[in-house]
Amino acid sequence: MSLTFRSLPILAAFFFIFAILGHGLSPARADASDDIFANFATDKFSDTEKAVVGLAASATPNSLTILEALADGRLYFDASTKIVYFKSTDGALYVATSNAKAADVNAAALKKVRLNNTVRSALQSAQGSMGLLAADPARRRSAAEAVFKAHDIAALPAVDLALTRETDSRVKLAFTQARAAILAYDTTATDLQRLTAIDVLRERADQDTLGHLSAIAASSDGRIKTAAQAGMTAIQSRLSLLSGVQNIWYGLSLGSVLLLAAIGLAITFGVMGVINMAHGEMVMLGAYTTFVVQDWIRVHNPALFDYSLLIALPLAFLVTAIVGMMIERIVIRYLYGRPLETLLATFGVSLVLQQAVRSIFGANNREVGAPSFMAGSFDLGGLAITSGRMWIVFFTILVFGLLQLMLKTTSFGLRMRAVTQNRRMASAMGIDTNRIYAMAFGLGSGIAGIAGVALSQIDNVSPNLGQSYIIDSFMVVVFGGVGNLWGTLVAAFTLGIANKFLEPMVGAVLGKILLLVFIIVFIQKRPRGLFAQKGRAVEV
Amino acid sequence: MIFSRRSILRATSAAVGGAMALSAFGAQAADTIKIGVLHSLSGTMAISETTLKDVMLMLIDEQNKKGGVLGKKLEAVVVDPASNWPLFAEKARELISKEKVAAVFGCWTSVSRKSVLPVFEELNSILFYPVQYEGEESQRNVFYTGAAPNQQAIPSVDYLMSKDGGEVKRWVLAGTDYVYPRTTNKILEAYLKSKGVKSEDIMINYTPFGHSDWQTIVADIKKFGSAGKKTAVVSTINGDANVPFYKELGNAGIKATDIPVVAFSVGEEELAGIDTKPLVGHLAAWNYFQSIDTPENKAFIAQWKAYTKNPKRVTNDPMEAHVIGFNMWVKAVEKAGTTDTDAVIDAMVGISVPNLTGGYSAMMPNHHITKPVLIGEIQADGQLNTVWQTSGTVVAQEWSPYLEGSKDLISDWRKPLACGNFNVKTGKCGGKS
Repeated sequence: MSLTFRSLPILAAFFFIFAILGHGLSPARADASDDIFANFATDKFSDTEKAVVGLAASATPNSLTILEALADGRLYFDASTKIVYFKSTDGALYVATSNAKAADVNAAALKKVRLNNTVRSALQSAQGSMGLLAADPARRRSAAEAVFKAHDIAALPAVDLALTRETDSRVKLAFTQARAAILAYDTTATDLQRLTAIDVLRERADQDTLGHLSAIAASSDGRIKTAAQAGMTAIQSRLSLLSGVQNIWYGLSLGSVLLLAAIGLAITFGVMGVINMAHGEMVMLGAYTTFVVQDWIRVHNPALFDYSLLIALPLAFLVTAIVGMMIERIVIRYLYGRPLETLLATFGVSLVLQQAVRSIFGANNREVGAPSFMAGSFDLGGLAITSGRMWIVFFTILVFGLLQLMLKTTSFGLRMRAVTQNRRMASAMGIDTNRIYAMAFGLGSGIAGIAGVALSQIDNVSPNLGQSYIIDSFMVVVFGGVGNLWGTLVAAFTLGIANKFLEPMVGAVLGKILLLVFIIVFIQKRPRGLFAQKGRAVEV
Repeated sequence: MIFSRRSILRATSAAVGGAMALSAFGAQAADTIKIGVLHSLSGTMAISETTLKDVMLMLIDEQNKKGGVLGKKLEAVVVDPASNWPLFAEKARELISKEKVAAVFGCWTSVSRKSVLPVFEELNSILFYPVQYEGEESQRNVFYTGAAPNQQAIPSVDYLMSKDGGEVKRWVLAGTDYVYPRTTNKILEAYLKSKGVKSEDIMINYTPFGHSDWQTIVADIKKFGSAGKKTAVVSTINGDANVPFYKELGNAGIKATDIPVVAFSVGEEELAGIDTKPLVGHLAAWNYFQSIDTPENKAFIAQWKAYTKNPKRVTNDPMEAHVIGFNMWVKAVEKAGTTDTDAVIDAMVGISVPNLTGGYSAMMPNHHITKPVLIGEIQADGQLNTVWQTSGTVVAQEWSPYLEGSKDLISDWRKPLACGNFNVKTGKCGGKS
């Protein structure tokens, strides 16, 4: 009871405020917002931009909803009546001015409010300044980043206000930097303010800041210019230091892709001595298996999408292992010890597989999506690391480790090693060498298949996918030393890192040529690769 | 009683019937006009060219329903040059000498076109080439229905320099390492410099075919773009290399509002293989988009989807070029009253047919056609939405005025000049070069 009585005056106050709002303010505001909304309905980018800026500056209660709708392409207008509508995320249509559900709308007359990059920039900066006081810290931080990028002086009061309220230290830093970006550009601020701002920017020391500082240096003179230039030099030297580390990371990432593609070949070619030109097509089949799995998941169970790659892995292994064993049984086993014929026969098989896939799935690329944990990038002490690439590095190392473990500890691994070291002796000891050969070939193909699952994340899923990897794979295996898995590992990472250090210096085309020349020279000197097999090599 | 009388009778009548059908077919064959379709159906280029084969079959089918040309039915002769450049020349020879086709629609890459040129010249036949290319060519036997550089590259740079396009001041010209990107970038570089862009504000980068590791280049672009001036990438990256490039861009968080990429080789077909959500706002310059809202285009898309029996099939710019080229050929043959090569070539110049973007395209004396230029933005659904377009159609400059070697050349295949590389300074026709 006491609660009700106490809340009465508050309720009364509310009613009073509403009454004032309803009578005094609403009509005026409606007029202003009518003008803003009219700008959405002209189908001109410059007017839409005005509308976005106007909406952000106005106190229209649903402006954030409308800007979000615009960003997602859910804002419409009726070309004849000039009424602006927005669709909520569940598809219901609302009138933008009144925020009420729309009735009797001629759906055919509705046109989407279109965006271009200029409007989109204005939209992002508007959403940024409006999100500064959001409840979610991540949202506040991204809002601060948007303000930092746009450095719009109009956002300064909002940033100042947000800064006084902020408690989270990381968001606070982002606000401070956003404020500094605004002040550093602001020619009406005092020199001292601008210099302090430049110091704050200098601390941040990343690519975006460098952009800001060089723009400031170009547009100002005197102390400000010197300070900005000093800041630029400091950031540049830090960044060039980082770029060395960045190159190593890129190299590891490229190396892991090479290793992943080559590791199956290291078994079929390196260990068994079969020149398998259809190896690339196994990678391609693995990628298409991923596509089929994702396609099925999209239609039948979209909730599983993030697990699609996990589901695809065993399936891809199975599919390609079976295809590999079939190739071994039907073609290769008749050609052991005849490398030239094997090369030609497997090349033929690769063409057959390519055209088969082209006939079934069509010649076009197929879309394989990235699960959410593999999309985007993150910042690690100034290094930009893309999540997808990072997972591929981990995955490659895992595959390599498992393969080593299997070869060293299981009885199949033991038999396989025995057969590859001396086939006749192994046969004499009672090992079914035919079966082991088929299974080893299946294993190599299966690993190529799971490589395809990973590669579908970074490359085209097209019938030609395999072709682009076959040469590189052979290069890695030969360079590393035939018959040596560790050699393949070292070769892949060496080539990857060397490539990534060459590329910024001489360009991608010349870099690749130089590497190939290097390998040719290297093979002349050491025909058996980095880690030559000691003793009796595999001569079937 | 292995053969009953009746079964023998049946067999004989079947044989006679078959022979009659055969002779009827032979008689009919003489009454058809053959059209060659020279597009790769296997190998690397199958990804782009298969669609063009399908669109040709559809157009020929439609024309036959309307009664064919000159009272004769059209018959398509499809060959597969398998993305193998020398094979293009062989197949072209087979189409012209053996099949006696009246005209050939085909080729995609410049190298395949260059490989068939001598064949068409020697055997005097007609080729319709539907793809945007680097220009610097005009041949009597070829009709270029794709865009020349000034119908695609230069307008898109103009757009990016305008206020709407973001007033770009710094340029990355990124391309695959072959003739089209190299020539286009040479033209663009000269054009940008003529507009006052300094050399340090232009970065040129080439990558091998099928390049799949874009980390370094994307990082370089990001670095180049953080010099405080608005930066854009002009991409002549070819086919398959685009998917990993855009994936890397998306992953590196480069949004269209930071550094827009305008591409000349990415259309609806290529986008069908990518998740386009991170790419919204990046641009493509073409002369046709599937999203164009005209009755002609809507009818064409409906017809295409019905013909392929696939409601998801997309349409693209080179398809429109074939539609225009085919309709022009039909008109020229009707005007000339014969399919004779020389008569048709003479009749072609000046022919004007509706394009799918709501205007008319005309065949000019330089054997190139007039086209509107459209800049489209990539949408989340993989379609391209027009954000800017030229007010009318643009006449092709086959010889670029921005290149030292070609600025004085013009092409006019009308008599009496009849020359593809007339030098206006020396007043001489260069002839075959």
